[in-house]
Amino acid sequence: MGQLQPLEGNLAVAEAMRQINPDVVAAYPITPSTEIVQTFANFVADGEVDTNYVAVESEHSAMSACTAAAAAGGRVMNVTSANGLALMWEILYITASFRQPVILTVVNRALSGNINIHCDHSDTMGTRDAGWIQLYSENVQECYDNLIQAVAIGERMDVRLPVMSCLDGFLVSHSYEMLEVEDDEAVREWIGPYKPNEPLLDVENPYTMGPIDLYDYYIEHKYSQWQAYPAAKQAVIEEGKRFGETFGREYGLMETLGLDDADIAVVAMSSAAGTAKDVVDKLRDEGVKAGLLKLRCFRPFPGEEIAAALAGCKAVCVMDRAASFGAGSGPLFHEIAAAMYTGGQTVPINNVIYGLGGRTVKPADIESVYRGLMEIADTGKVEQVCTWLSVRE
Amino acid sequence: MPKNLKQLSESPVRLTAGHRLCPGCGEPIVVKQILAASDDPVIAANATGCLEVSTTIFPYTAWTIPWLHIAFENAAAVAAGMEAMYQSLKNQGKIDADTNYNFVAFAGDGGTYDIGFQALSGAVERGHKLLYVCLNNQAYMNTGIQRSSASPLGANTTTSPAGKLIPGKTKYQKDLTACMAAHDMPYAAQTIPGRWRDITRKAERAFEIDGPSFINVLTPCPLGWRCAPEETVSISQLAADTCFWPLYEVDHGEWKLNYRPKEKVPVDEFLSKQGRFRHLFKGDQGEEVRRQIQERVDYKWEQLLDRCGES
Ligand SMILES: Cc1ncc(C[n+]2csc(CCOP(=O)(O)OP(=O)(O)O)c2C)c(N)n1
Ligand code: SF4
Ligand SMILES: [Mg+2]
Repeated sequence: MGQLQPLEGNLAVAEAMRQINPDVVAAYPITPSTEIVQTFANFVADGEVDTNYVAVESEHSAMSACTAAAAAGGRVMNVTSANGLALMWEILYITASFRQPVILTVVNRALSGNINIHCDHSDTMGTRDAGWIQLYSENVQECYDNLIQAVAIGERMDVRLPVMSCLDGFLVSHSYEMLEVEDDEAVREWIGPYKPNEPLLDVENPYTMGPIDLYDYYIEHKYSQWQAYPAAKQAVIEEGKRFGETFGREYGLMETLGLDDADIAVVAMSSAAGTAKDVVDKLRDEGVKAGLLKLRCFRPFPGEEIAAALAGCKAVCVMDRAASFGAGSGPLFHEIAAAMYTGGQTVPINNVIYGLGGRTVKPADIESVYRGLMEIADTGKVEQVCTWLSVRE
Repeated sequence: MPKNLKQLSESPVRLTAGHRLCPGCGEPIVVKQILAASDDPVIAANATGCLEVSTTIFPYTAWTIPWLHIAFENAAAVAAGMEAMYQSLKNQGKIDADTNYNFVAFAGDGGTYDIGFQALSGAVERGHKLLYVCLNNQAYMNTGIQRSSASPLGANTTTSPAGKLIPGKTKYQKDLTACMAAHDMPYAAQTIPGRWRDITRKAERAFEIDGPSFINVLTPCPLGWRCAPEETVSISQLAADTCFWPLYEVDHGEWKLNYRPKEKVPVDEFLSKQGRFRHLFKGDQGEEVRRQIQERVDYKWEQLLDRCGES
């Protein structure tokens, strides 16, 4: 049986890592994820894990060493934020191309410049094409649960992809909440032992990994990688269900609130979705048919499922905690708008960019988004596709 | 006991023929000699560069050992990552405790002196048990002979071209071997492909060390140096005879000179064999640069003799 405990997001992640007991961790500190690295280093120093912890000299080397360690043949984990993730960028693509299930916790933080240590999603959104599975957590319980599931999802033989498990910097990483921490044995049994796939340490069967791959094969290799993502989506669903069967907390690609009969709906990810839930409750008390789609799995992107879930609405707003400069709107909006269009939906849809650099998003801010949607639902017209929320001009 | 020539010739071939490195390229000579020095399994990390692109054109490979290429600037971190996994699995009893796998990183001078220097320095400081071999041909050859911080003064490269005003590279080469020795690492050495006994002995020594080792091999590139492909070995010998590239090692802090030419040959002999220095043999400016090169060689040689207690 698990145990209820008060923990910060970072400590919950470190606790999950201790339970998972990876063979190698190669990580580099950066706010707001540093505490995870420090806490885990203590577990290593106290002999509580078998992990070989490599305190590398940069995030570039961290992801290089992690990818190499995974290719050698074992379970590998890593932790970072913002600029650290940006420094890994070159290698992220390679990890995914090599189909190495490295598990990376990203404590979301704004990318520089200017330098800022607080939450937004510019870091992970910037890596959205790298080929990693991305799960986003609303709260401390979810970042613990998602990390455990990330291992099972990424390591499945039909998937073999790296996974980012994301939580909001400070808002979740440094917030204490009560959560259910499962027993070590139960967690280990649930994820199972690591199953190597063509490991380089198998010296009897030498393998050349990362050759030069030109116009005669590269595109076929990319296409074969492309074909892994439907299986990955299925794995997110199945492992979320299996997690629920074992631990009582079931997960899916997304969580919805009131969408069955909602006239207006917001799409949000991570901690802001928690705030939006309260706003939905309040509006429902007022008789407003408000709904929420909290996206948990951004990669693989469940476009069809999202379009279907929003089908009955009269107006939808996608909230982006990242800007896509020059695109005129945020990345989550682009993908949802495309999914709606290709899914034959004509629901009026707009976009709000919010919370950059840790700017607090209050219930009243989100309520103003719903109030805007009420107008659009009435008129059927979107006056301005993208607006920035609560920003001084 | 170091392997003799017969034993070396009977060692398993770990980089096979059929790769597409240029005729006369020094890189495969070095790689084969290094890999022949151990009978234990060897697992290689390779930085982006001539060796990597020419030996693994998919779907072919010239490697008979496990081999991993991830990127250009991270060969040390890649070797370190594999070594870390090996140590972890060994400690956990998931790999036999009696095994002795060697980890080698091969990288060019660009991947070592320049873009990969941070990863190398970090891996050495952390003390991974691995051998890092720099295939130093003194420029970015794979991308078309651009200068690196290993390119010597006066070298004509595509980014330090010999022009009407500027006579090739205007800076001296970085003394990376001394820089690695200054990490107080267990073993750092310099060698050339021209002396098989020197290179294989150094590799054997490196493999037996329980920690990081570094071997910097001056590796002639006929294409970039514009020299005759059949002279790869003899030109590297000339680099040692002119003291342009002395053979030495620093074993646990002890500096040892491994080769002292009977007669120190003027550096012009080395330079004149290579088209990359041809412009230095025309006009006063070229002569002045050659004088500076000789002066630098003399200064570094005296410094080395002093460090080795041989002055
Ligand atoms: C990050 C990055 N920058 C630049 C390159 C392009 N590049 C590939 S190999 C190379 C030069 C390799 O030179 P060196 O390390 O000396 O090896 P050589 O080919 O001379 O053996 C360069 C610049 C790259 N692959 N990656
Ligand atoms: S360009 Fe030089 S280093 Fe590259 S393969 Fe040819 S000879 Fe070898
Ligand atoms: Mg080079």
